[in-house]
Amino acid sequence: MYRYDEFDHRFVRERVLEFRGQVERRLDGSLSDDEFRPLRLMNGLYLQLHAYMLRVAIPYGTLSSRQMRQLAMIADKWDKGYGHFTTRQNIQFNWPKLKDVPDILDALADVEMHAIQTSGNCIRNVTADQFSGVAADEIEDPRPTAELLRQWSSLHPEFTFLPRKFKIAVIGAEHDRAAIKGHDIGLRILKHSTSGEVGYEIIVGGGLGRTPMIGKVIRDFLPKADLLPYLEAIMRVYNAEGRRDNKYKARVKILVHETGIDEIRKAVEEEFAASNRSAIAADPKEVERINAYFAPPAYETLPDTSARLEAAKSQDSELKRFIETNGFAHKEPGYVAITVSLKAIGAAPGDATSDQMRALADLADTYSLGELRVTHLQNIVLPYVKKDDVPALFAELKKHELGTANVGLITDIVACPGMDYCALATARSIPIAHDITKRFADPDRQQLIGELGIKISGCINACGHHHIGHIGILGLEKSGEESYQITLGGDATENAAIGERLGPGVTGDDVPDTIERIIDIYLAERQKGERFIDTYRRVGIDRFKGAIHATDA
Amino acid sequence: MPLMRDFSFVNDHWRKLADNEDVPRDGDVIINFTRLDEVADRLKAQTGKTGLHISNTVKPAQLQPLFNQIALISVAFPAFNDGRGFSIAKRLRHLGFTGNLRATGPLIADQHAYAKACGFDEIDLPETLAQRQTADQWQKAANAISLSYQRGYHRPATILDRRRARAS
Repeated sequence: MYRYDEFDHRFVRERVLEFRGQVERRLDGSLSDDEFRPLRLMNGLYLQLHAYMLRVAIPYGTLSSRQMRQLAMIADKWDKGYGHFTTRQNIQFNWPKLKDVPDILDALADVEMHAIQTSGNCIRNVTADQFSGVAADEIEDPRPTAELLRQWSSLHPEFTFLPRKFKIAVIGAEHDRAAIKGHDIGLRILKHSTSGEVGYEIIVGGGLGRTPMIGKVIRDFLPKADLLPYLEAIMRVYNAEGRRDNKYKARVKILVHETGIDEIRKAVEEEFAASNRSAIAADPKEVERINAYFAPPAYETLPDTSARLEAAKSQDSELKRFIETNGFAHKEPGYVAITVSLKAIGAAPGDATSDQMRALADLADTYSLGELRVTHLQNIVLPYVKKDDVPALFAELKKHELGTANVGLITDIVACPGMDYCALATARSIPIAHDITKRFADPDRQQLIGELGIKISGCINACGHHHIGHIGILGLEKSGEESYQITLGGDATENAAIGERLGPGVTGDDVPDTIERIIDIYLAERQKGERFIDTYRRVGIDRFKGAIHATDA
Repeated sequence: MPLMRDFSFVNDHWRKLADNEDVPRDGDVIINFTRLDEVADRLKAQTGKTGLHISNTVKPAQLQPLFNQIALISVAFPAFNDGRGFSIAKRLRHLGFTGNLRATGPLIADQHAYAKACGFDEIDLPETLAQRQTADQWQKAANAISLSYQRGYHRPATILDRRRARAS
């Protein structure tokens, strides 16, 4: 993975020192609260319902075991012994004190981490496929692109006071595991249909929030060397033309929607043509330097089938279930990528205790070349596991309550922090997730239901990505009571779709029953080989309407 | 109003003309771009230097034909967190403006380096803000972040340039 050189180190240290000064200037009144606000946000610091929250960047979700141990240390020393992995592959600490934050940032810098631009109206932490570099369907590893963008976007002088936040995701495979059509800019690495040259498809104007939009293609093929100049052209058009009169209409998706993709494309292409490309484009040498950090590790030559794993599976149905549910096909024979679920029954989705973080770090050292990944579905991946090692790994994971075999199933729920932490929330999210996982706790039943993603947001800002959940749950407040609106048919992949509303809202207590009825209808309608989303697309939403028993609409 | 240049307060010899003031024949004045038709004679005669003040919704290309007749362009920042002016500066420099480029509005010390990298030479600050953010704070901001990942105006060698130099 990428390692800081002397310049990256100095840059991050200076940024911490600058923030120390900004905190002092806020305390002595030199900076007003309004002025301090964007400065602290651009260093990842939010003011939440009960306390400050610090969001730490995990660029494109890649972590070393050393970094994971440091996150555990921070959780113990300055927080309450746990952290929350987010849908943007970051980690949030929920209880830091303002005076400690500069020290936390220094502790992060010690392990080549930071909280730069994890919030604020700037280019946010760049996300990518959690299986980068190991996926069998990959055209090219997206991490070098994401790292290049991390550096280019860090403290960009022109794009640090944008109309609104700006999120970029990169995918290098055919299957979209990074939800690129739900981002302000989505980049897909692809081969040109005739020349075979590797370049990018550029998608712009996707986003969730209160006005969900699926991104549109602005350029179907961009040569790799033009990436930064082209992105600068998009950013400049957005910075100049994006709405600033209403923060709810300030995202680039609204600009694209109101202006039309063809007009925006024309403006971007003009800006791009007029720009001094060679001054902006990355040096080929620099691209090479970054690429080298992501060279494949020294794999052992192994048979693709592991006799040891097969034998253990035949003895242990739990292990069999685990590897079949949480294993992901690796491009290297004899290896597998293992997703460790942070969705144990009754747990807060995405939360990990400091003990669990240390256990994951140790297991990464023993079984995964010291590397981990955070997924946008709030789980952790061990990307380089030998199939031979899976039985031993599974036994260790179980000791730390990390052996849940539910990846991609109904209890692998994505949820925002909701009313339990968030100042914006209008309803609870985590307790709703608890109730659903308890209702569907039976592993056999989960397997029977098959692939199904539930996503829960505690307000219309949609941090829980409910719009793109196969089943989406949105918590609202209606005359002092929580009301949960259910949508069906959302999809975060290359077939991206916004879910359709099923009917009037239901109470929090009624959510599990309602989900149960949706599942019953699905199982009654399902044809052979269909997943929930397939059945839904075939039969349509009307068939499911009976699932809502409106008691309190 | 207080003028900030290279992280220090300096004297401002330009006079900003109120919209109800007549355009004088002589002297260095900054005039609102909306009054462009009133300065045609002045621009031709070149009896004093002329600067134009634009809002951050003006298209920079509109000013290009005037570049060799004006000595200053002032870009309005209605609020410190309205970043449109940064892109306008970039575009003006790109189009070939080599005169004095001024940001006018309540920018904070932490933004001075960004403004310079985008092509601004100076910042015309509101009095109240200059009182709150004293000279030493601007000085400190000058050295806060010594490195950058993007090439820009008034910028020493970027991290990319330094890496290249080290590699060769």
